[in-house]
Amino acid sequence: MSADLNIFVTEETLDSDADGPLSGKTVAVKDNISTEGLRTTCGSAMLDDYVPPYDATVVERLKNAGATIVGKANMDEFGMGSTTETSAFGATKNPVDPERVPGGSSGGSAAAVAAGEADLALGTDTGGSVRNPAAFCGVVGIKPTYGLVSRYGLVAYANSLEQIGPFAPTVEEAAELLDVIAGPDANDATTHDEGADSDYASAADGDVDGLTIGVPTELVEGADDRVVETFEAALSDLEAQGAETTEVSLESVGHAVQAYYVIAMSEASSNLARFDGVRYGKSGGYDGNWNESFARAREEGFGAEVKRRVLLGTYALSAGYHDKYYKKAQDARAWVAQDFDAAFEEVDVLASPTMPVLPPKLGESLDDPLQLYLTDANTVPVNLANLPAISVPAGEAEGLPVGLQLIGPKFGEETIVRAASAVEN
Amino acid sequence: MSDTSVDADEVRHVATLARVDLDDDEVEEFTAQFADILTYFDALDEVPEVDTETELVNVMRPDEVHEGLSQEEALSNAAESEDGFFKGPKVS
Repeated sequence: MSADLNIFVTEETLDSDADGPLSGKTVAVKDNISTEGLRTTCGSAMLDDYVPPYDATVVERLKNAGATIVGKANMDEFGMGSTTETSAFGATKNPVDPERVPGGSSGGSAAAVAAGEADLALGTDTGGSVRNPAAFCGVVGIKPTYGLVSRYGLVAYANSLEQIGPFAPTVEEAAELLDVIAGPDANDATTHDEGADSDYASAADGDVDGLTIGVPTELVEGADDRVVETFEAALSDLEAQGAETTEVSLESVGHAVQAYYVIAMSEASSNLARFDGVRYGKSGGYDGNWNESFARAREEGFGAEVKRRVLLGTYALSAGYHDKYYKKAQDARAWVAQDFDAAFEEVDVLASPTMPVLPPKLGESLDDPLQLYLTDANTVPVNLANLPAISVPAGEAEGLPVGLQLIGPKFGEETIVRAASAVEN
Repeated sequence: MSDTSVDADEVRHVATLARVDLDDDEVEEFTAQFADILTYFDALDEVPEVDTETELVNVMRPDEVHEGLSQEEALSNAAESEDGFFKGPKVS
């Protein structure tokens, strides 16, 4: 069963001798997180034989906590995609319905937990890549506040946006895994003292009495009716438990997808410049000059979506276009952050459907990249504003999982964990 | 159809800047897709200028030698190396 779903790029077990909170737990690790001595491909032909000489900080912390790593989970190439179909190792199938995508880019990680191939998993979220597959596979996924979790050893796609985050069957277990990986790291200067000695797991007490939940109208309006119906039923359930809901407006989010893609592509074009086939990765050979060799390595090693984003990012940063695209995108990013700050003066958390659509069928979404980018509308604002968010199963529509997203203020992980645990009641 | 027009030569130029070889089919496909995507990005023109007050903190550590990868480890993924160095293609 699991082999058919194509969950792992590399299925190998790394045991830990340590005794800790994750002893006896199995964890799947997304294949863009470095594991010493264990192949780490980023879902790309470019790195199909790359073996990291060191562990990412989060992998070190998993091992110290006693976890058993059971494999490297499939993903969209370099995290660029929302369906796990851009992987050079083939698409992962959704365990809930194998004709459908598991979401992405951390689709293998979410599917591993949904299929019971691992108790827990790590993914990465640059514009929704943990929350999207959590929603589509019917599991819990957390995108931490920027700086809560070390990115040391994560192969970078868009540094200013991405965070490593946990997947689990329940909110409490996801929070437990977050407690293990969170906290400052001397090897990542963007990490923060928040998260040292955290205890997010004990916040999963389901107590939402008196909690105020804002619902941004802009993040509900465009969604599929069946998704909205399930979302609203979950909200009513929270109200029945004593929470208060109120509509809020985030005017800026209408520009979030554009801003996100301009910034992510620009950062990608710079980050992926390192793949020249000399120090690691597919070699372009030694014929001709270095420019020709590098361009050959990259033609051969990168798939279509990666080329598309690297080229568009190069375009957005090139002479004459920088102010039009990149600078305006930074303005939009600041605008989105201000909008969220204003909303959190009125409410404790914000709620929306995680994804505006139900999981699409395999092969349905690849022909039109722009249409696929638009399905990230509800997740990317969170990354632009550096905020924490969680996706928790809200119920089903036509037998398919629907995720509810809860967004908190910076380092408000306890609040979103508490609110999400009430959704499970 | 679109406000922002991109032609095949521009796609080839950007591909050269990014050091990515493209075949003719890819150029054709990207030319059409880039027009759509860049037209969509044009909505950023409507974004107001935003004043940001970012608090910046110096996070640099003292410049001290720490343990790092060994030469052997650093070279372990290189396609070719010579005398303990990476071997790259000719510069020109």
